[in-house]
Amino acid sequence: MRGATSRSVPAPLLAPALVAVAFLVLPLIGLLIRAPWGQLARALSGPDATHALVLSLWTASASTAISLIIGVPLAWLLARTRFPGQRLLRSLVTLPLVLPPVVGGVALLLAFGRTGFIGRLLDSWFGLTIPFTPVAVVMAETFVAMPFLILAVEGALRSADQGFEEAAATLGARPFTVFRRVTLPMISPAVGAGAVLCWARALGEFGATITFAGSFPGQTETMPIAVYYTLENDPEAAIALSIVLLVVSVVVLVSLRDRWVRGGTVS
Amino acid sequence: MTSDENDGLFVSAAVSRGSFSLDVSMTAVPRQVLGLLGPNGAGKSTLLGAVAGLIPVTSGRIVLSGRVMDDAEAGTFVPVYERPVGYVFQDYRLFPHLTVAENVAFSPRARGIGRQAARSAATGWLSRLGLADLTERKPAALSGGQAQKVALARALAGEPALLLLDEPLSALDAGTRLHVQAELKRHLEQFSGPCILVTHDPLEALVLADRLIVLEGGRIVQEGTPAQVARQPATDYVAKLVGLNLYAGSAAGSHVALTAGGTFVIADRGFHGDVLVAVRPSSILISTQRPEHTSGRNSWQAKIIGLTLLADRVRIDVDGQPPALVDVTPAAVAELSLEPGRQVWLTVKATDTEVYTR
Repeated sequence: MRGATSRSVPAPLLAPALVAVAFLVLPLIGLLIRAPWGQLARALSGPDATHALVLSLWTASASTAISLIIGVPLAWLLARTRFPGQRLLRSLVTLPLVLPPVVGGVALLLAFGRTGFIGRLLDSWFGLTIPFTPVAVVMAETFVAMPFLILAVEGALRSADQGFEEAAATLGARPFTVFRRVTLPMISPAVGAGAVLCWARALGEFGATITFAGSFPGQTETMPIAVYYTLENDPEAAIALSIVLLVVSVVVLVSLRDRWVRGGTVS
Repeated sequence: MTSDENDGLFVSAAVSRGSFSLDVSMTAVPRQVLGLLGPNGAGKSTLLGAVAGLIPVTSGRIVLSGRVMDDAEAGTFVPVYERPVGYVFQDYRLFPHLTVAENVAFSPRARGIGRQAARSAATGWLSRLGLADLTERKPAALSGGQAQKVALARALAGEPALLLLDEPLSALDAGTRLHVQAELKRHLEQFSGPCILVTHDPLEALVLADRLIVLEGGRIVQEGTPAQVARQPATDYVAKLVGLNLYAGSAAGSHVALTAGGTFVIADRGFHGDVLVAVRPSSILISTQRPEHTSGRNSWQAKIIGLTLLADRVRIDVDGQPPALVDVTPAAVAELSLEPGRQVWLTVKATDTEVYTR
């Protein structure tokens, strides 16, 4: 039976498509086969793994919180106002999406490092040193992950019906009240999706973090970095951590199913 | 400042938006519903937007209850949220994430009233409008008529000095519309300030409005009571709305030379110069032969273009000098074999013409 949904697939399309599927799925199967299922708990309870897990969870959450606090207002500014240089600013905001993360890490180091133009001031005024601390981890993750949130929220703001905001204004609501009581609740699904995406990206961040924050176990060694380093000495722990990251990714995908996978795009 | 400015709404302003310009001078007095009638793109919504403060005026001023809202020359502009204006939008714009009660409490809350007081104010308005059992519903669960009333309650809950209604019934189906219209009329009668009602439904304007302003191309083309406007329409648009034939012409005593061709004999009331002649479609007689021995003073030959069946009569579109719409009974259509292309004679009595100066 051949309905509208099932049609004959030409071999020149089918064969490469199957290769693509195999290429995407086989490594994951490899990971699942080698997983020390029996000792998963033991592998994860080792000191390095535990530290990496805890560090990753709180830094990703902190950078998501920071992104919400400063990223949502920036998204509003980009979507709802006009000012000179706006296009340039939007490009700059989007840049971390395409920039190799390691370059972001170098840039952060050059700005906030002890000899960087901001880092030098922080050091001489407050005695603060940022690089190679957990704060640096949060900064590196925020730098890389915040654009995901900003783009999701900006897209939602652009497609939101501004008639509701007009109505709120005629009812006596000042601009910030309008934002708080009408705009934000109406785009909350997009904010939620953007935050989940941002968190997932922060959790998996590697390049910018290792460059700007290093890899001190318990201090700045996040899960992806720990996976990379433990793969040689303690492959069981590396695989266990990888499994954790894989599970988190699957959970994120499922939670964004409606917005991201089915619809194709968020914005 | 005149008394109009102290009491009610006074507008003498212009708004330019691209190639469109709105330039009006009007007043709206308390306890009166001012109907704003006009075709699409006439500037009705722009005028409401300017009064509400959603659209800044390009020149002139808007004064509400003695307070200057806009004064382009002096640089005065009161922001939307500080204007005591209640706005019922055509699409209602009820906040989908808030319950009915929260929607109605929104304005008191936004204007600085405490949560409890705002809540009880909202409950008061909801029960006054017969919506008490809908308080916890979300707007998506309301019928069109209910949503319309909630939108009205929400606008009134802000205790505005002026109420603006943008085609409040246009989103309703014909069945609910009459019912909601009657209720709306009752609520509007209780409102103490001026009320401006935008509509392009003539019946709605006649039923709800105390006074009408007809807006076309951004200008006021007619102003008067609904009865005056319905009897003596000033433009083709209004004539079509109220279902009259309207002819422009030049009067000289008992004769009017029509711009569209032909001449009308009218009852001589001393008109000279530019006049309008309104004729009801049912006042025009139609015959298949040249009428003789008739008391109708105006007869002319014309050709039927089309027929439309209305509720209990047939409206015939006739081309001649001048063209006309003629109402006859379905029986007459059959007896006289009236059909498109047929040559007929039209007759109007001089006393059946409504003549007034342009």
